[in-house]
Amino acid sequence: MEKQTKNKNLKNRAAQFWKTGLLLLLTAIILTVPLPAQKRMIQIKGSDTLVNLVQVLAEEYMAKNPGAAIAVLGGGSGTGITALINGTCDLADHSREWKQKELDLAYEKGVKPRIFAIAIDALSIVVNEKNPIDILTMAQVGSIFRGEIKNWKVLGGADQKISLYGRQSNSGTYAFLQEHVLNNKNYSPEVKEMNGNAQIIEAVTQDLSGIGYVGVGYLYDENGNVRRGIKVLKIKKDENAPAFSPLDKEAVYSAKYAISRPLYQSTNGKPSGLAADFIRFELSPEGQAIVEKEGFFKIGQELMEQNLKNLK
Amino acid sequence: MHSIKKKGFGRDLKESFIKNVFKISGLLTILTLLGIFALLLYTAVPAFREIDLKEFFTSTRWDPTSPEKPEYGLLSMLVSSLLVTAGALLLAFPVGLAVAAYLSDVAKPKTREIFKPIIELLAAIPSVVIGFIGITLIGPLIARVFKMSHGLTALNGSLLLAIMALPTIISISEDALRAVPQSYAEASLAVGANHWQTLIRVKIPAAKSGIIAAFMLGMGRAIGETMTVLMATGNARSFPHGFLQSVRTLTANIAIELGEVPYFTTHYYALFALGLVLFVLTFIINLTADLIMEKQKRKLQ
Repeated sequence: MEKQTKNKNLKNRAAQFWKTGLLLLLTAIILTVPLPAQKRMIQIKGSDTLVNLVQVLAEEYMAKNPGAAIAVLGGGSGTGITALINGTCDLADHSREWKQKELDLAYEKGVKPRIFAIAIDALSIVVNEKNPIDILTMAQVGSIFRGEIKNWKVLGGADQKISLYGRQSNSGTYAFLQEHVLNNKNYSPEVKEMNGNAQIIEAVTQDLSGIGYVGVGYLYDENGNVRRGIKVLKIKKDENAPAFSPLDKEAVYSAKYAISRPLYQSTNGKPSGLAADFIRFELSPEGQAIVEKEGFFKIGQELMEQNLKNLK
Repeated sequence: MHSIKKKGFGRDLKESFIKNVFKISGLLTILTLLGIFALLLYTAVPAFREIDLKEFFTSTRWDPTSPEKPEYGLLSMLVSSLLVTAGALLLAFPVGLAVAAYLSDVAKPKTREIFKPIIELLAAIPSVVIGFIGITLIGPLIARVFKMSHGLTALNGSLLLAIMALPTIISISEDALRAVPQSYAEASLAVGANHWQTLIRVKIPAAKSGIIAAFMLGMGRAIGETMTVLMATGNARSFPHGFLQSVRTLTANIAIELGEVPYFTTHYYALFALGLVLFVLTFIINLTADLIMEKQKRKLQ
């Protein structure tokens, strides 16, 4: 009799044990596999030109939407696009368009990129502030970075070897300049390849004969003034065209400044949840005001319409 | 009787268990090494479906993303790696040996006890920090001394790598010098040689193999270092003609390009081929160092 009760007791306890275990397991599964729509954490990766701007946008967004978490990483446009293809980020920042090779690879892996233009950048050519040169043509910039013009004297400057600073091949800015200014020719092997825009600014500030290229947002310090130690060159489309500076807002908006480009963000397929909401914020008048405050330029009518279509 | 036997059996079990754990750990290390080598080889070989082997080893141009024609020549980077490493050793070896001799022969035991941990602490500084010092301090200094517009040169990399190789060189040569039997020095002093002569003519030659091993291990440390050179040498792709030029080393190139390269393309495989070259290089260096050290041990016994 006693034995039976004991057995029953044991059985009960075992059943209890399994029930609790099952319950715990279920809770664990529910906790670790949140529904996609409720995703409150996204990861953004890519362009170094965009990283500061997107960071500010993300901070502003997170301040307004407590509970949302957005992590922003740099690394270069190529790095961001590769990460999106490999599924290791939710949004890729890039300052150049997708290459055909990357698109092929993406479709092969079932990634269907949707591309949003979130700001306009005026690619800026910077030299040391003591450099007497103020204006270059597009062709001259191309020749300098291809290594054909090697001395500042040729351009009317001091008799000094030109010291070239650029980005690494994972940079969208590197690819953009190569395509649009170097006319798809090789960079000079003498270009010192730096880790990011900020490092180029730093190097040109110290190097009297240095020249480099950076996104327009990097020309300003935290107070919104143009950084000391550098000179932002005015660029002429060709020999006979007037020269314009990337600091001149009107010239960039009217496309008179020759080297401007959209800066993009890509998602895998139609964005949803936090990612979609964040893109909407970036494109809103409020987001675009931040874009302008950070030194970049707002998106025009046409691109904006394209963006809104991509959000649907 | 019975209980003793039982205890002995338990101990045997425990002992053989521990023995096996050690054996497996040892085997695991070897397996890892073989695994890395196999993986490198496996991923590097497809590169040569499209790259000419001769071009790979003899061309000085490396530009895989070129819109004109992708080029895969490692010579500039290989020479840059060797140049920066040679510079580092030229600087670090004499200093390292002098410090080792000081610690083993001149310094009082108390001084040595203070110095040695400090030197070993030098090895604990993260390479990013050393690279940062290169950008902000040593680079501009080189620019000023050599009247150049910038200091992001091979020399900058060499100076920083010298700092990083010093702890290895010092501690291994010091061990080698201290392993020289006291009787050698006593004999030398007994025949009338002074302290300096004993050190230079007796102790250093006796510790020669250990000192060479220290040199080789320092070299291995320097040639594989990535972050510091990536930050400090400017990364220009041109063939190096001297220490006052910007250079790009093998390691820096892999670090720069591996993050962005589309997987399973020729460029991707080519980067692994660079890794394989680097692996073989450091493997030979470390193996030589090991063999030399082994020789020294046997000789002194």
